[in-house]
Amino acid sequence: MIEAQRLCKQYGGLMAVNDVSFRVEPGQVLGFLGPNGAGKSTTMKMLAGFLAPSSGRAAVCGHDVVSDSIAARRCLGYLPEGAPSYGEMTPLGFLEFIADVRGLSGDLRKRRLADVLGRLHLDTVLEQPIETLSKGFKRRVGLAQAILHDPEVLILDEPTDGLDPNQKHEVRELIQSMAADKTIIISTHILEEVHAVCSRAVIIAKGRLLADATPAELERRSRYHGAVSLTTPDAVAAKEGLSRLADVSAVEIDAQDGRLTAFPSAGKQIFDSVSGYLREQGIGFSELQLEQGRLDEVFRSITRSGEPLLTDAEVAR
Amino acid sequence: MSAASKSGSPVLAVFRRELASYFATPVAYVFIVIFLVLSGAFTFYLGGFYQRGQADLQPFFNFHPWLYLFLVPAVSMRLWSEERKSGSIELLLSLPITMWQAVLGKFLAAWAFIGIALALTFPIWLTVNYLGDPDNGVIFASYLGSLLMAGSFLAIGACLSAASRNQVVAFILTVAVCFVLLLAGFPMVQDVFRAVAPAALADAVAQFSFLTHFAAIAKGVLDLRDVLFFVLSIGFWLLACSVVIDLKKAD
Repeated sequence: MIEAQRLCKQYGGLMAVNDVSFRVEPGQVLGFLGPNGAGKSTTMKMLAGFLAPSSGRAAVCGHDVVSDSIAARRCLGYLPEGAPSYGEMTPLGFLEFIADVRGLSGDLRKRRLADVLGRLHLDTVLEQPIETLSKGFKRRVGLAQAILHDPEVLILDEPTDGLDPNQKHEVRELIQSMAADKTIIISTHILEEVHAVCSRAVIIAKGRLLADATPAELERRSRYHGAVSLTTPDAVAAKEGLSRLADVSAVEIDAQDGRLTAFPSAGKQIFDSVSGYLREQGIGFSELQLEQGRLDEVFRSITRSGEPLLTDAEVAR
Repeated sequence: MSAASKSGSPVLAVFRRELASYFATPVAYVFIVIFLVLSGAFTFYLGGFYQRGQADLQPFFNFHPWLYLFLVPAVSMRLWSEERKSGSIELLLSLPITMWQAVLGKFLAAWAFIGIALALTFPIWLTVNYLGDPDNGVIFASYLGSLLMAGSFLAIGACLSAASRNQVVAFILTVAVCFVLLLAGFPMVQDVFRAVAPAALADAVAQFSFLTHFAAIAKGVLDLRDVLFFVLSIGFWLLACSVVIDLKKAD
């Protein structure tokens, strides 16, 4: 379990992290979203016990990260941004070092080493210096280090940054396979990743926590939520007609792919009326689709406005 | 199964990793060769080892402070600045290990490395024993004094290396600080202090002269106060080192 209460970090006059509170339970994967420099990494560094908060408190597995720091770090695996390690060491030597520091010994040590080497497919590069490895392997060495002691809590700062699509997929599968009994925080600015692995997401911008919701809830805040998009050869006429429909608030044509999107008025369903209208008028169309909402658009509007996201209840009011 | 993994001591784990890292790169070999060549050259040419006609290692140890002045900062400059530059400091200090354990483990590794280089000067000890009948007690005391002084230089270097991400800056700062401390009891440094500070302070500074304390030990007088001076110097600078790391790790 991870708990942060009114966490702040100040650098000179700059509030890098400003009054951030959240709680993550075992079995949850929390995604940290936010523009570069938003305070994601700083928050993670404070949770990992590397930086001391300016004010507020945080606890990992019930251990305060400042007053009971060593106990907190024992039950935590941390992948710092960029997966730093010691370049001149081999992956095996590096993991042996981590096992030494973490006090793993005997059978448990052998089992854990074999487990992480297998999970992260490091067997082929065990004896090569880490600095000569590809980015993907370096990242995997960093992940291996973080999960070596089978921690209850995992904090991964951009675990898939700079990986190719196959490697990203593998890392996501790894996170999912561990998600059931662990508390996990990952930071990312790849929004598809939020869908793929996160059960909850928070959005941080300029040090402040602006949203804390499930990916589906976030999407519901998008103006694309419930919108209907389609491709038609006669886009201009379709746009005319559709915008006269009740419950359709606007119709837009994408300048790039010519795709037409009809937006509903607040809280209305328009899929049936749109498809019915098109059939009635005999307008040819293809790829008719009900949109779930677009995370990237929600992300942009929240981080640009700097306004906290309203909860479902607040929206209903 | 290694001792470190059994006892689970983080200091030992850091120590072994750090020491092994010296030998994983050419740094160790270059350093050891240069150290041995220079100490030999100084002893025989500048120190007049043969010409003196005395069976002792004074000409050998006399040059150690000056050798260390440039070689020890070369070892210490990467201690923390490299960790900060590569970001591995974030990994190290988020492991379940206290700051003091990390500082001590890394320092002891660097000290052990210099100790290895110093131990490899044993042929000169064999030579002097072959040529004459030296007082081996004095030689042992000199080796100990030399090692203690190297440790003090290293602790200074560790602290200044933590202060800078740039190894060259760390090197130059360390050389400068070590030089001042080395000569703290001599006119070159004393004159400056006497010009700007009260005489009492200048006298106090003189007490911190590494050269004075080293000279006493090197003569074979193993005074507890001199040993304590170096041990306390090391402790002080390592403490300063952990404070500096704490202050600077955020940026």
